[in-house]
Amino acid sequence: MSDDEVLDDLRKVCDDRVRPAGCDDSIDGVQPRHVATPSSTEETAEVLRVAAQHGLHIVARGSGTKQRWGNSPSQLDLVVQTTAMGGVVEHAAGDLITVVRAGTTMTDLQNVLASADQQLALDSPLPSATIGGTVATDTSGHRRILYGTMRDLLIGITFVRADGVVAKAGGKVVKNVAGYDFGKLLTGSYGTLGVITEVALRLHPLPRGRRVVTSTAADGDAAGVAVRRVLGSQVVPTAVEADQPADGPVTVAVLLEGVEAGVEARAAATVALLGPESVVGDAPEWFGRYPFGADDVGLKVTTTLSGVGPILSLARSVSHRHGVSISVRGSAAGVLCAALPADTDPSTVALVLEELRALAAAYDGTVVVLTGPTETRRALDVWGAVAGLALMRRLKDQLDPDHRLSPGRFVGGI
Amino acid sequence: MSIHRLAERLRTEIGRANVLTDRQQLRTYECDGLAVYKVMPALVALPDNVDQVAAVVGACVEAGVPYVARGSGTGLSGGALPHADGVLIVTSKLRSILEVDPDNQRAVVEPGVINLDVTRAAAPHGYYYAPDPSSQQICSIGGNVAENSGGAHCLKYGFTTNHVMGVKVVSPDGDVVTLGGKAPDPPGYDLLGAFVGSEGTLGIATEVTVRLMRAPESVRTLLAAFHSTDDAGAAVSSIIGAGVIPAAIEMMDALAIEAAEAAVHCDYPDGAGAVLVVELDGPAAEVEEQFEQVEQHCGLAKAFEIRVAADDAERALIWKGRRSAFAAVGRISPDYIVQDGVIPRTALPEVLRRMGELSDDRGLRVANVFHAGDGNLHPLVLFDDTIEGETEKAEELSGAILDLCIEYGGSITGEHGVGMDKAKHMPRMYTDDDLDTMQMLRCAFDPDHLSNPGKVFPTPRLCGEVPGRHKGAHPLQEQGLAEVF
Repeated sequence: MSDDEVLDDLRKVCDDRVRPAGCDDSIDGVQPRHVATPSSTEETAEVLRVAAQHGLHIVARGSGTKQRWGNSPSQLDLVVQTTAMGGVVEHAAGDLITVVRAGTTMTDLQNVLASADQQLALDSPLPSATIGGTVATDTSGHRRILYGTMRDLLIGITFVRADGVVAKAGGKVVKNVAGYDFGKLLTGSYGTLGVITEVALRLHPLPRGRRVVTSTAADGDAAGVAVRRVLGSQVVPTAVEADQPADGPVTVAVLLEGVEAGVEARAAATVALLGPESVVGDAPEWFGRYPFGADDVGLKVTTTLSGVGPILSLARSVSHRHGVSISVRGSAAGVLCAALPADTDPSTVALVLEELRALAAAYDGTVVVLTGPTETRRALDVWGAVAGLALMRRLKDQLDPDHRLSPGRFVGGI
Repeated sequence: MSIHRLAERLRTEIGRANVLTDRQQLRTYECDGLAVYKVMPALVALPDNVDQVAAVVGACVEAGVPYVARGSGTGLSGGALPHADGVLIVTSKLRSILEVDPDNQRAVVEPGVINLDVTRAAAPHGYYYAPDPSSQQICSIGGNVAENSGGAHCLKYGFTTNHVMGVKVVSPDGDVVTLGGKAPDPPGYDLLGAFVGSEGTLGIATEVTVRLMRAPESVRTLLAAFHSTDDAGAAVSSIIGAGVIPAAIEMMDALAIEAAEAAVHCDYPDGAGAVLVVELDGPAAEVEEQFEQVEQHCGLAKAFEIRVAADDAERALIWKGRRSAFAAVGRISPDYIVQDGVIPRTALPEVLRRMGELSDDRGLRVANVFHAGDGNLHPLVLFDDTIEGETEKAEELSGAILDLCIEYGGSITGEHGVGMDKAKHMPRMYTDDDLDTMQMLRCAFDPDHLSNPGKVFPTPRLCGEVPGRHKGAHPLQEQGLAEVF
């Protein structure tokens, strides 16, 4: 079947929102042939049915902020662009929920919610990201300690299967145990199980009062002790972050949110925990942002709470031993991001990765290469060892038996 | 393989005392907390450890015999209802708390451990386990994982799924698989998230890693009495509308209060058409300010009496009425059906009115006890089984209430699970395509439908050939066309 015939068939279901792909449409160095921009769940379903007929390999794209995350797609014919599916469908402020279409940007969503003094309590390290992409990659940020992550906030999902069938799970009430929780399965699935078109989310009120307490620790281990002191207290922080630049001391920052009188007292209690040198003031400029830029190598290191200090210290020593600059930043809840410069030799990244993986494993954690130059990632085992992989493959085989959705991008080459 | 031979095999593998086939002994296990359904299992296995669970599942798979897992048997949806030709695997001997790790805010427990015992073990370290179903003194963690149990305090702290970090599972193949662990965000599909709440259809949890929460600095509880559920509902809306998220907001209507009084003498205010139990917890300064707001909102919504618990004993008394409500209904009615529908909180007054109409139409009383903060209703439909046709009428009314919940955009179950009881209602909430998609997960885990079959879904999906999961000999080998070397 020629490209023209495929385009014709796509146009029958998606009108003028189909075009041949250009160079700008390449996904992580892989060139697609077509781009379709459906405007609704139904239209997405029709596009996916046409794609199924023609055996097209598909990658879904929102704003494209994380198309260099995970592995490169092993095959690609069609990019399904979700940006024409934007907008908040429903914001039931009294019920603290919203229903939003996948192509809505996080910034637009938060603006709508803020008008009712509400929020989706999930950080957007990349604010132009869409909600669909945020669900698919399961990005979260520093406030996970209080609010959890996407899996805790997503209450309903609509997605289109590889065969073009529309499926829903969950609903729009927060409490609901009817049926399997496909929202969680789609969260962090990197587009390999379906194209997400709409989600229902649990909301929280915007806090009135806010304080940030910062303090400096001599090294990673000292920072680890400091953050655990805060986590073991009763001040109920929204976020506890550690920032270890390539050189110099580690900064610890604690975010407290709530009623004005409450945060004042809790800030004082936090100062007492962190020592007299700590200060109550504005959030540091790095707060809530990734330590890596768009071109850098970005790692995600997870650990138990007690592994935070040792991981920070190891990153510093590895950095010295291998002569590579490594900065680390992240949540005391046990999710740290590490950044290495874009031009770091892949073999050096591999050595760093190996050492970090060994230590993280000792603390029940893992290390994933989130992002980095395409060539670097292709030289690495991006996802590392994954428990339960056989069951994951079986799930993939059920939902996408021909492996046409984001092929090769996910764990174990799924 | 006959059940008789399976029983012999299991006696050898897990010990004679751990296998029950005597009808008198089996009778103990014929139902769970939803006693209207009763099925005598063919065999009960009481494994002592994970290896024995795997051995029992493995033997069932080989014999093609279905199995059902059961914890304490407190479930309210018939999720642990045995299979007449199958094995009931009871986890009550797996009740060790393997580890309390306050440094990492985790505990690792076996599935038979009682919910409240996790908190008891963590309390000396200043921690607790947040999910608190009303049955927490007897229900097991394994059952909580299967049902994704909630509780009064899940309004603020979430459900079991938000507090389980990892499980060791005997999969329906008989394999032992670990999903998640003490650290957050394991890479790959969130199979843990799918497993929690899968009602025993994806395997059996044999070890559960839970998150422990730091005990709050302050807890304040009040009981507010209103003339009507409308007034109480208005109070709930204005509290939430003001941006206050209490740890719990519970409501009981007049009939539920009457039942609780009769059963536990909780001494709630006379003449109340509804009471609210509101609890706040957290840092003291935060709680003080918000507690005053809650009192004001209750006052503005015409509460005619507000009692504030002065100490733990008074708090326990306030909660006693609420926690005993289901059982208490037995004092005012010979039989009752508990429902578990959910509605958007703002629809509460309207739904309660319409439920009243439904109840009047059928001439049956409905008592209401519910988690008002998150719209999770527990209507108790009261009836008398000895009156001809009343049971059917009660079931019909109970179904009509679920339809009402769906009409308002809610759910047929908030925390009790679908189980046997509500499987028939699933198609009212989800399309055939939705249900078909969900069953793809089932097929990935359990293509032969041996793990708790007949629950959750009204009709099973044919799983077809699953790539990479061929069991037994290859077809070519069976036909003598190929040999394995």
